Amino acid sequence: MEKFTRLTAAACPLDVANLNTDQLLPARYLKWPRSAGLGKVLLQDLRIDSEGRERPDFPLNRPVWRGAKIIVGGRNFACGSSREAAVYALYDYGIRCVIAPSFGDIFFGNAVQNGLLTAVVDDAAVAEIIATLNGTPDMPITVDLEQQTVLCGNRSYRFAIDPACRLRLLNGWDDIALTESFRDKVVAFKKEDAGRRAWARPVLTK
Amino acid sequence: MTQKQTLFDKLWAAHEVVRREDGEALLWVDRHYVHEGSFHAFSRLAERGAAVAEPDLTFAVADHYVPTRAPRKNIANPELARMVRQLEDNTATHRIKLFGLDDPRQGIVHVVGPEQGLTLPGLLIVCGDSHTSTHGALGAYAFGIGASEVAHVLMTQTIWQRKPKRMRISIDGQIAPGVAAKDIILAVIAKIGAGGATSHAIEFAGSAIRALSIEGRLTLCNMSIEAGARCGMIAPDAKTFDYVKERPAALKGPAFEQAVDAWSKLTSDEGADFDREVALDARHIVPHVTWGTSPEHALPVVATVPDPMKEPDPARANDLRDALGYMGLHAGTKLTDIAIDRVFIGSCTNARIEDLRAAAAVLAGRVSKVPGLVSPGSSAVKRQAEQEGLDRIFRDAGLEWGESGCSMCVGINGDIVAPGERCASTTNRNFRGRQGPGARTHLMSPAMVAAAAVTGHLADVRPLLASRKP
Ligand code: SF4
Repeated sequence: MEKFTRLTAAACPLDVANLNTDQLLPARYLKWPRSAGLGKVLLQDLRIDSEGRERPDFPLNRPVWRGAKIIVGGRNFACGSSREAAVYALYDYGIRCVIAPSFGDIFFGNAVQNGLLTAVVDDAAVAEIIATLNGTPDMPITVDLEQQTVLCGNRSYRFAIDPACRLRLLNGWDDIALTESFRDKVVAFKKEDAGRRAWARPVLTK
Repeated sequence: MTQKQTLFDKLWAAHEVVRREDGEALLWVDRHYVHEGSFHAFSRLAERGAAVAEPDLTFAVADHYVPTRAPRKNIANPELARMVRQLEDNTATHRIKLFGLDDPRQGIVHVVGPEQGLTLPGLLIVCGDSHTSTHGALGAYAFGIGASEVAHVLMTQTIWQRKPKRMRISIDGQIAPGVAAKDIILAVIAKIGAGGATSHAIEFAGSAIRALSIEGRLTLCNMSIEAGARCGMIAPDAKTFDYVKERPAALKGPAFEQAVDAWSKLTSDEGADFDREVALDARHIVPHVTWGTSPEHALPVVATVPDPMKEPDPARANDLRDALGYMGLHAGTKLTDIAIDRVFIGSCTNARIEDLRAAAAVLAGRVSKVPGLVSPGSSAVKRQAEQEGLDRIFRDAGLEWGESGCSMCVGINGDIVAPGERCASTTNRNFRGRQGPGARTHLMSPAMVAAAAVTGHLADVRPLLASRKP
């Protein structure tokens, strides 16, 4: 997993509440392996109309935001389905950070596993950032994970992130290695638990 | 004095292997359910040459990609066939029990787990699917995870979590006839919003919840995720124990008695603290339908389509306008004037036997004005329904009687709602394009879908039920 420290890049506003992961990656692409290039079908049904033409009014289709690495979204961003491929689609498109007032919990967890930063700023700040971007679309913004700040124009906003997630992203850590370091504890737990909760083992084996 | 604990606190404490200073804990996983969509995780294992730590605690079901209205022996569509084969290969490699297409226990993972007795009170259950919250209905701590986490659980049988906040939703009072668990949960989501329970573990409590059948409770917990919750749960009670006792994988004799002793302690202590409390009066809940593109767009069926002009918050007004545009609706239209093109009865929310009975009770002796598909939640539900003659009622009404799987809930097996078509559906997500590109979904209970079928438009089921009484 790639580390995330600081990023200055074009930011695309997607001012939609409850933008769910079915929208980020429609179900018909779920069978694609990641190597098929999920980035090209990110937000497919919002970006492309039923005749296969790009919708010119969709923010990510505007030339100035096409190469954005940051998305500024609405409340409850990426709620719904647990499909981690929604994160793959964002990441493979080139997005490295999503700023929003709140995120779907499962997406939030999936993002950090893949080096995608989810920065939580309050509603008012998101509204301001989006207004600034609409006024000056080509102005890059800077996200600094060490400082936990978003710099947009002459304003700086502090963002919240779970401390453990922050460390994972800053270091590019992988959970498996971390868990392996607790192997003894897991083995001990399993042994004790088998005595304590014998009923928890499944009976059905065939 | 020991601290008073909520049900969730107790479940959490029983699974904590390690607690780190930063607040994250490593939790032991009792059951891990996988399905065709878990292939990313299996690839991760293959890349590392890793083994599955506890194959005996892992169960697989073919559900998302299986045909539900076409032959299942030799799947004609090569992509669907590949997805099912991939699951067969991965589970064979890692010696994981698979309820495959030829297994009489096959069905939707969240129907099969409780039905087979694999889901029990007190367990921590994960699955790479957001509706894993369903299993909390039996008093389990159950939540959906992503592919990286699935790979982690496969390799270690544990998962890192930060403890969610605790929220209690109390629903007291008697539910009126014609009102179902689906109406309760739609009313809850309409009240707190699609993100209303984000970062929270919900416990549903109160007399109306205790009065619900286990199947109704499964419906309720299933849709906790649509309120943004990490999980939903209900304290196990005598009904739960009776249900569990009759399952194929039930513990027997003294082992079962011991389990019941332990499970009986799984209740929130009197006076335990919740981070948030919400209360609803069951007597005020009426049949609900959704009109828009988020489950929070739910209203009593007797209401009218909302007017964005009356919404003071501009962002929300925009949201309503977008939803109306996509759904092809106008503010002020009576919900019962909305004509539908088809119906779907199925999914992990509402395709258990009671759901099919509720729909059949309305459809019996009547004809559907629109085409539709009934897809039972599991192969066992299908057999049971056929024994009871419910399949005949559906067929006689003009609906298609299909096989078990996720089917038109998500449409990835090819059973989709055509672009622009309006579907009355017992599923859980009315997202844009959920049932197929351009599809318009209205969520409601099985009885309400049946009412929509026989009238050809969204309809209040209550008069249709009342006219049944002698
Ligand atoms: S029935 Fe629908 S919601 Fe349930 S697991 Fe299948 S796709 Fe998901």
